[in-house]
Amino acid sequence: MEAHAHAAHADHPPIANVSSRVDARVLGMLLFIASEIMLFGAFFTAYFFIRVSGSDEWPLPPFHLPVFVAGVNTAILVTSSFTMHWALQSIKRGNRAGLRAGLVLTLLMGLTFLLTQITEYARVGFAPHDGAFGTIFYCLTGLHGAHVFVGLTILLFVTIRAFRGHFSPAAHHGVEIGGIYWHFVDVMWIVVYSTIYIL
Amino acid sequence: MKNPLRSEAAAYRFLLGTIVYFAAIVLASVVGGRWWGVGVFALLTAAAAVWFFRRDPVAPPPQTAPRRRAVEGEKRILVVANETVGGRTLREMIRERSEGVREEVLVVCPALNSPLKHWVSDEDEARDAAQKRLDASVAQLRAAGINVRGEVGDGDPLQAVEDALRTFGADEIVISTHPEGRSHWLERGVVTNARDRFAVPITHVVVDLEKEREEVQHR
Repeated sequence: MEAHAHAAHADHPPIANVSSRVDARVLGMLLFIASEIMLFGAFFTAYFFIRVSGSDEWPLPPFHLPVFVAGVNTAILVTSSFTMHWALQSIKRGNRAGLRAGLVLTLLMGLTFLLTQITEYARVGFAPHDGAFGTIFYCLTGLHGAHVFVGLTILLFVTIRAFRGHFSPAAHHGVEIGGIYWHFVDVMWIVVYSTIYIL
Repeated sequence: MKNPLRSEAAAYRFLLGTIVYFAAIVLASVVGGRWWGVGVFALLTAAAAVWFFRRDPVAPPPQTAPRRRAVEGEKRILVVANETVGGRTLREMIRERSEGVREEVLVVCPALNSPLKHWVSDEDEARDAAQKRLDASVAQLRAAGINVRGEVGDGDPLQAVEDALRTFGADEIVISTHPEGRSHWLERGVVTNARDRFAVPITHVVVDLEKEREEVQHR
């Protein structure tokens, strides 16, 4: 053995280190989705309890749900996911016009969905205090509506930024995150619509 | 587990999958009745679960080799050890390897952590414990005249080796574990996986701390 002094590093500059720890953004999204699933899961648990413990008929007489109008609303919301995806694909290819058009269309369709839902509440003929059925209907659709509102707020800011020249093929993180949230809202609505209105 | 909503494209595909999933259930319920709907639901859920958990595993990264010019008469040894870092067998082995050469030894002690703490990046306690073990071991090796320094590494021993190789061009990697049956690393195939992953000769040292303690007590 010989005592000697060595430089701390080998004969090349150190390469940037990537630890195996979970990426903060991925972890944040995972925790967010987990919390949202738990939140909606609690409401769905109440909903299925009411359906299982109640009669075979759904909705409980004398209530009626506007299945067709809600179906059209579903189509609008699902289409808004397509335009959102188009917006992101556009900016990835450097197409700013496509980004702006996609975002505006998504925003308008989301707004239409929300306004239609508010109109549906006004005309549906029952209130949250009209038994467990009314309560769970308003809770589930209202919870989803609140998520749509949050999604629209995010989309509004993303759209404003897009019109002010932000985002590029290399930097479009804001559109990406907003898009993930919007798709999540759509997925939740498909579950809500299928279970409450159709099945 | 891979997060299905980690990118917009993944979320979009997830949405399309959800549409198909619920459309099939609704269609089966409307056409065939309630039990058909339940059947399709069970079938699709099972198929989705099987697909999700049996997807092709992520391809292993290419072999990592340190970039360094070899120098005659000089040897760099990277030692990876956790609880066995203070073991006599390991110290003697490092001393043997250092005979007749200008040695440079880097001891990496992975900060082993619980999965929950790892996921929330709460690793202070694990790093402190690893640092204490490392300090004691490095002090003993220095007292034996070995040119050694120590680092606390990532909780995943393979990642810790890869991190260390980026800045330390090792000629040999020594992985120290408990004996078979008591070693989590051996159970997880750390030594085998390290041989696949790193283009550096790897020596496996088994340190039986219980036996060493008994020997010390009998003296």
